[in-house]
Amino acid sequence: MTVNCKNGGMDLSFAANEADASTAIACLHGSLAALGVPHQRNCDVKIALAEAINNVVEHAYAGNPQGRVQVRATMDRNGLSILITDRGRPLPGLRIPDGIPASVETAREDLPEGGFGWFLIRQLCDNVRYDRTDGENRLRLSFAFSPAEKRPQ
Amino acid sequence: MALSSNTTGETQVIRVDADRIDAAMAIQFKENMRLETDSGARRVILDLSAVEFIDSSGLGAIVASMKQLGGDRRLDLAGLQPVVEKVFRLTRMDTVFRLFPNLDDALAAQSE
Repeated sequence: MTVNCKNGGMDLSFAANEADASTAIACLHGSLAALGVPHQRNCDVKIALAEAINNVVEHAYAGNPQGRVQVRATMDRNGLSILITDRGRPLPGLRIPDGIPASVETAREDLPEGGFGWFLIRQLCDNVRYDRTDGENRLRLSFAFSPAEKRPQ
Repeated sequence: MALSSNTTGETQVIRVDADRIDAAMAIQFKENMRLETDSGARRVILDLSAVEFIDSSGLGAIVASMKQLGGDRRLDLAGLQPVVEKVFRLTRMDTVFRLFPNLDDALAAQSE
């Protein structure tokens, strides 16, 4: 895993396996706190980021743990923008899934054990964009917060 | 995925000794829960107070752990940190499980 911090942002790159993804998510969470992302928002970021990165590992790069995942976080006065790029398979239909979760109002044996990833991403981000260019998936997650939300950690 | 377990009467307390339950450990968690709950206590309380983060894979593993308990046995959750609770709330899984702020409250509550 490689990490580069620069003014108001950071770059991180890691191999597409679950263990490296887990370490990268924890690392990003800590670095974003240091960059001044308010605690509550940083927790939302962590949940959404984990789901987005897990999707890349499990679906885009399914069967290719050598694939690289790149995450670039940029802060500005409107909030935080996170760009996740990979060279794995595209999202089906080249679009972000609707992320409608299965109902939990059902018998115990029918309760959903998955399918919450895109729902959580859509719930927690202020904006989500996806495009595929030159064989590269580019997913951008935006989180708005005002400077007034910033406070010492 | 370290779990520690203690059974008193019909109640088994399983503590998760890890700071996260995520995609990297979800399968192992589910398997370890299956082994731990093999003894058959009617009520299992999962103490999550050490868990700082959970993703949807971890959530799915907890749901699977409840389903594999079978019919008349129940799984209650205790000590959810705010981020963990948020994942349960957003997915509405907080309506499926009984959530207790801490283990003492869970132990004080009746199992039904």
